Amino acid sequence: MLTLERPSQYAEGLAQYDAEMQALIAELHAVPALVPIMGRRTFLKKAVFAGGGLALIFHLDTKAARAAETDTVDALEGHQESIVLNAFVRVAPNNVITIYSKGPEIGQGIKTAFGLIIAEELDADWNTVRVEQAPVNPKVYGSQSAGGSTSIPRGWDQLRQAGATARAMLVAAAAQQWNVPVTECNAADSIVTHKPSGRKLSYGEVAIAAASQPVPDVAGLPLKARADYKLLGKRFTGVDNRKIVTGQPLFGIDVQLPGMVYANYTKCPAIGGKVKSANLEAIKKLPGVVDAFILEGTGNPSEVMPGVAIIGKTTWAVFKAKGELKVEWDESTASKDSMTEAAAKAKELAANPPAPATNVGDVDAAFASAAKVVEASYDYAMVSHQQLEPENSTGWWHDGVIELWTPSQTADRGISQVAGLLKLPEDKVTIHQTRAGGGFGRRLSNDYLCEAAAIAMKVNGPVKLQWMREDDFAYDFFRAPGFHYLKGAIDKQGKLSAFQNHLVSFSTGNNRPVSGGNRSNNSFPADMAPNTRYAISLMPLQTPCGAMRAPTDNVQMFVAGSFLHELSVAAGRDHVEFLLEWFARPQATAAAPATGERGRRPEAGFNATRAAGVLKLAAEKAGWGKKLPAGSGMGIAFSFAYGGHVAEVVELSVDAKKHLTIHQVTAVADIGPIVNMSSAENQVQGGVIDGLSTVLGLEIGVEKGRIQQRNFDDYPILRMRSAPPVAAYFIQSDFRPTGLGEPCLPPLAPALGNAIFAATGERVRSMPFKRAGYTI
Amino acid sequence: MPFQLNINRKSVTVDVPDDTPLLWVLRDTLDLKGTKYGCGISECGACTVLVNGRSTRSCQVAVSEVQGNVMTIEGLAEPGKLHVVQQAWIDLDVAQCGYCQGGQILSAVALLTAHPQPTDAQIDTAMGGNLCRCATYNRIRQAIHKAAGSKAAEGDSHAHA
Repeated sequence: MLTLERPSQYAEGLAQYDAEMQALIAELHAVPALVPIMGRRTFLKKAVFAGGGLALIFHLDTKAARAAETDTVDALEGHQESIVLNAFVRVAPNNVITIYSKGPEIGQGIKTAFGLIIAEELDADWNTVRVEQAPVNPKVYGSQSAGGSTSIPRGWDQLRQAGATARAMLVAAAAQQWNVPVTECNAADSIVTHKPSGRKLSYGEVAIAAASQPVPDVAGLPLKARADYKLLGKRFTGVDNRKIVTGQPLFGIDVQLPGMVYANYTKCPAIGGKVKSANLEAIKKLPGVVDAFILEGTGNPSEVMPGVAIIGKTTWAVFKAKGELKVEWDESTASKDSMTEAAAKAKELAANPPAPATNVGDVDAAFASAAKVVEASYDYAMVSHQQLEPENSTGWWHDGVIELWTPSQTADRGISQVAGLLKLPEDKVTIHQTRAGGGFGRRLSNDYLCEAAAIAMKVNGPVKLQWMREDDFAYDFFRAPGFHYLKGAIDKQGKLSAFQNHLVSFSTGNNRPVSGGNRSNNSFPADMAPNTRYAISLMPLQTPCGAMRAPTDNVQMFVAGSFLHELSVAAGRDHVEFLLEWFARPQATAAAPATGERGRRPEAGFNATRAAGVLKLAAEKAGWGKKLPAGSGMGIAFSFAYGGHVAEVVELSVDAKKHLTIHQVTAVADIGPIVNMSSAENQVQGGVIDGLSTVLGLEIGVEKGRIQQRNFDDYPILRMRSAPPVAAYFIQSDFRPTGLGEPCLPPLAPALGNAIFAATGERVRSMPFKRAGYTI
Repeated sequence: MPFQLNINRKSVTVDVPDDTPLLWVLRDTLDLKGTKYGCGISECGACTVLVNGRSTRSCQVAVSEVQGNVMTIEGLAEPGKLHVVQQAWIDLDVAQCGYCQGGQILSAVALLTAHPQPTDAQIDTAMGGNLCRCATYNRIRQAIHKAAGSKAAEGDSHAHA
């Protein structure tokens, strides 16, 4: 039995996981300040490859970074096809420009976007740019995680400066060769032109000379205005698309190493249980099985839980052997969660709200003097990520180094996690980032990476850990369920005057809501009314919860966006007009800079003008107010989430059997300037349809600590015939760009519920809507 | 146990247990990684291959049951020229994470063979077995229509040549 340093104590491990996840989310939310990040604390280093060409490396000016820099250049030189870097430009003599993308590509289009941002300021010919994945080395590159729609806002300044700096050095090198002033030279499409004479030199021709140019001060380098963009805002196909459509290996699951064996890892069906015994000897005798052993685990579900590893010559041999595996589990410390019991308990707690955590104004007086009071309870189920590529990682313990390949969203954090787990120095952990077949927040946790590392320590040669789909269902970090008890007041002017929200959520036992189960991360709608009261009750939960696409907003915007519509209906007012007036309330703007972790700078916070802009355009594009036949309806909702202002309109018909036909979804997003219009539309369509899929039909049940769903046959992710047309519009602006993975998902649920109300008069207050009989 | 298969117009012999799903023969034995594992129960379509031109879930076909010619996503393009469906997928930037897209493309190829100008209802039916977790369905539909148009356009140019 491989005994890891920390013994398995699930309750403590779960609490530790939850605290780490919340800290990670907070860290991701802290969008860097606007000051040039290559200023005082950063510097630029240039390097010339043996094969010729200019390389620019930007990184933090720390001792660790300086030490790591040499290794990184060596690594790039040695493995040009497979390794990369943060904000790194390489110009080869043949004029091919290689841009290294530091972040994980999980389907959000970041590899193409990072390339475009650098290429824009570099004035590179996009046709000869190659974008490759950077090596994982947070000491050199800072954060290499993807989450919270932060890749673009966090990388924006640094990447533009990377491109502009390289351009300046290339232009200076050409000017020096011609012996003319730099001011007489221009650059476009990877060619420097001497304007008076018309002489031209390609970037490739001056690359080596550029490497000996002094590195310019980035503070003196002008960055382009939006009107001058040649690439940004246009449509580009993804840089990996050719490999994708021809089936070339890209993903974690595709890693193949010489002499590699395969593994699967079986954990207790009741989350947190320990192994008492297993029929290891019988398993080892099965055809194709190489070994089988028990790992005690650390008790932290994002590291290694207790379980049984089966090692075999093929994936199939391992999967088949798993079917023969018999384990006696010790469930004394395992989860005993029951979602049915939790729902009953929530109702009991609703009757006795605790003292409010927030109390603004005089709520009781506002209710007493209200023209109308509306009360409603909302709830939403636990759901699971189920990215299409099942979890996997490949590990190889050799030469005193653990080398890993992973589709993680947080491979950078994986280095310290694995080092801590295996008691190795961090420089003995090497992680390669692969493309990920979906993320959705699931891969913020590195459990499969840690398992692969622990298993690799016991295997001679490389080993690929491959989860079955059933493992992905049984061991997720689920979107937390929740229950809301709401009360709102409309005053005599028809305005929202008071708002009360009692949230019944869950805790791992530390008196804090679980990850994803707290109030909204964002400033909207923390200040619902002049008189606002929030209270929160917590029930214990032993099933791990985590971040799922638009964490907290993915559920709280359903509640807020639906209840706001209930209030405008009660006030007898048009919902668009009601929302526009509500955006303009004084506390909305006043509260924006101070509230929400991501609203640290006003330009990243809620902005009433931007909110009104998307709402009005969505209404206009969808034909808000047009006459619809009986049984049809239109619903609109707005959300501010993850830096994006988004409004969505759903137009649908409902038949007598509650079957929905969604004719059109109209989405308008304001995320500042668009980097790649094609990818941006993809994220809007994906966010909307993912939202629709989840709100209609997805639910995870838990009984006796066991996840009740096992595979896609009882978890009906939406298919082609149910996917409505989604029209995407953008209001582009000079605000700092924000991300787009998250913000288009939250408004869909309330827009759908509001449309069903418009069509039928029935208010749906529980997700998924299939609970109320609706199908699509 | 040796089995002779025809994969991407080539005859190959593999020595594997007879119940090994074609999916794992392709991935682990033949190192053809374009065919993906998603669910193992024929629900998601990530493992789609063409067997004699029919869209087939390779996770549910044992190697001993394979009858006929197998086409995987790696075998779809002609040397130096992408299949019209692959080109449409690139032109319209269909992929988000891209994991399901090999299977989507092969199901689309089978559809277009049966129905060169498919209706939306035919697309719904033919593509119903292929999940896309990123929900690229709008673009998949567009790309199928585009590929159908391209086919027609090719036919026209040949006719006038």
